[in-house]
Amino acid sequence: MRSAQRLTLFLLMAPAVLWLGLLIVLPHVEILILSFSERVAPRVYAFGAGNYLEFFTEPLYWRTFARTAIMSILVTAITLVLAFPIALYIARVARGPTKAMLLLLCLLPFWVSELVRTLGWMMLLRETGVISYLLRMTGLADQPVEMLYNDGAVILGLVYGGLLFMIVPLANALESLEPAVVEAGFDLGGSRWTVLRRIVIPHAMPGIVAGSIIVFMLTVGNFATPVLLGGKNGLWFTEQIYAQFITRFNWPQGAAFGMLLLLLSSTIVWVGLRLTGQSLGTTLRQA
Amino acid sequence: MTSPPDLDLLNITKRFGSHRAVDDVTFSVAPGEFFSILGPSGCGKTTLMRMIAGFEDPTSGDIRIRDKSMIGVPANRRPVNMVFQSLALFPMMSVGENIAYGLTCRGVARAEAEKRANRMLERVGLKGFGDRRVTALSGGQRQRVAIARCLVLEPTLVLLDEPLGALDLKLREHMKIELKQLQATFNTTFAYITHDQSEALVMSDRIAVMNQGRFEQVGSPRELYHNPATPFVASFVGETNRWQGEIASTAGGTVALRLPSGATIMGEGAASQKSALAFVRPEAIALSQDQAALGTLPNRFEGRVAAVLFDGANSSLLVETPGFDEPVRAVLPQAGPLAGIAVGAPIHLGWASQATKVFAA
Repeated sequence: MRSAQRLTLFLLMAPAVLWLGLLIVLPHVEILILSFSERVAPRVYAFGAGNYLEFFTEPLYWRTFARTAIMSILVTAITLVLAFPIALYIARVARGPTKAMLLLLCLLPFWVSELVRTLGWMMLLRETGVISYLLRMTGLADQPVEMLYNDGAVILGLVYGGLLFMIVPLANALESLEPAVVEAGFDLGGSRWTVLRRIVIPHAMPGIVAGSIIVFMLTVGNFATPVLLGGKNGLWFTEQIYAQFITRFNWPQGAAFGMLLLLLSSTIVWVGLRLTGQSLGTTLRQA
Repeated sequence: MTSPPDLDLLNITKRFGSHRAVDDVTFSVAPGEFFSILGPSGCGKTTLMRMIAGFEDPTSGDIRIRDKSMIGVPANRRPVNMVFQSLALFPMMSVGENIAYGLTCRGVARAEAEKRANRMLERVGLKGFGDRRVTALSGGQRQRVAIARCLVLEPTLVLLDEPLGALDLKLREHMKIELKQLQATFNTTFAYITHDQSEALVMSDRIAVMNQGRFEQVGSPRELYHNPATPFVASFVGETNRWQGEIASTAGGTVALRLPSGATIMGEGAASQKSALAFVRPEAIALSQDQAALGTLPNRFEGRVAAVLFDGANSSLLVETPGFDEPVRAVLPQAGPLAGIAVGAPIHLGWASQATKVFAA
């Protein structure tokens, strides 16, 4: 009986273990090893930290890296601010079919691929696009306006892509807040702001952190949106990784960049968890 | 009364669509009074309480607290605080922060708020609990925190929405007494809503019995129990026997009611209609194995014990009595000679005509 149970458990676990081992752990180990191999002569490699040194000595690399980190934090913050009222409405105000429909509306854009969604934004924002046309029609602008290929466009696209992943954990967290607790907050003399600050937001904290982690990870690792909406000015760190692997055939350098990006996102998530006093366990449950 | 009442409700009506949840209710609560609203679930008592707290607006009528109209005043500006059914303690705050919350909302400095919160904790017997998480408290302790959180604000009126509902029986009995004592020490006006008649009877100075959005009767617990004004009050407050019949004759205040079986019982009450209801409390029925002991009681019957409902001091008998559709319930004194009576034993029962309350059905 015991051994039969153990076998069942083993078989049930096997796909997950294989998945994790073969597709996540193994490639990362491979990339880690690769990132420490330096090209000393054509086709001759030696162990060394030269690829990492290259990152710190070439300003373009670490500046892009820092820019990606800061922009991603900004995108996460904007997404949080935009998603909070929407999640609050879905969780606390909407009832029955309206609630389901609102969630569906949030989900709808994700039925098409990220590429198509981003191309949609391009059609709106480009010089010959819809918004530019409307501005000229209404006389607000006298020549075509280019709204693509700047940081604003990149942030817009990334926020749009992250919104759903912020709304769902937030709405989940807010839904579990007992209505009487909110009423008690008012009853004891709290203003709307006090109730939001001292009751609603602390209660939603696990959801806020979970959503922020997901959106931050998705943003840092995004490729298509910064490239398409930012053009040459996109300067996202994933582009550097792509360039090393595909354009320059410098796999060890690309691998080092990949490890640095992993280190960056892990560090920021860790700092975020420490600052908000949340544990990874409660956060994952919320997501 | 020299001081104005703490709470005054004038013709309050609340409609949800065409449904009248609260229908033309008027009452006032004097300072320091423990006032209960007793009614079955769905009678509108929660809606009434939520209107006083400021979470619902009445369709018509006026709510006045110490002579100031509360219509249009939001919940966070009313001198009223509520103890919720679920208690609604703030789980994200410590016990001390829960109690200091209302004070800090009013702009009391943090240190001063903490000091007052600690003093309040001491008064409700939770000294040193300030830093605990609310989740680490027992049911009774959470109850006290919920009340302390209101009392620290020194409100004119504390509303309590069935706060004992979630507690187990033993603790509930204990909390009834504790609540009453708390109310007496703080001398704050309490408005308490409940569906549990024993809670209302034990704690209240006055009770309003509510049914289908209206007040059936307002009075002291004794008045409600001994002189119910309507059949609803008679059956809802306390245990009772209930029979339906027709008025056979009236002489002075005494009414003779003929049951469908032909048996006649003597009672007192209104008899404007032919069809009527009679109510007799189980403890008003005297039991004896000897008919002579019942003497001259106008209502005397003979029956057999159908069931002994043993419940310590609240024990009673169900007596299968010819002439009555259902067994008659009578209190069985545990100190008397009948304490050991068994099912099937013959027994005589009787009661005075004043004990029978007759209402038009």
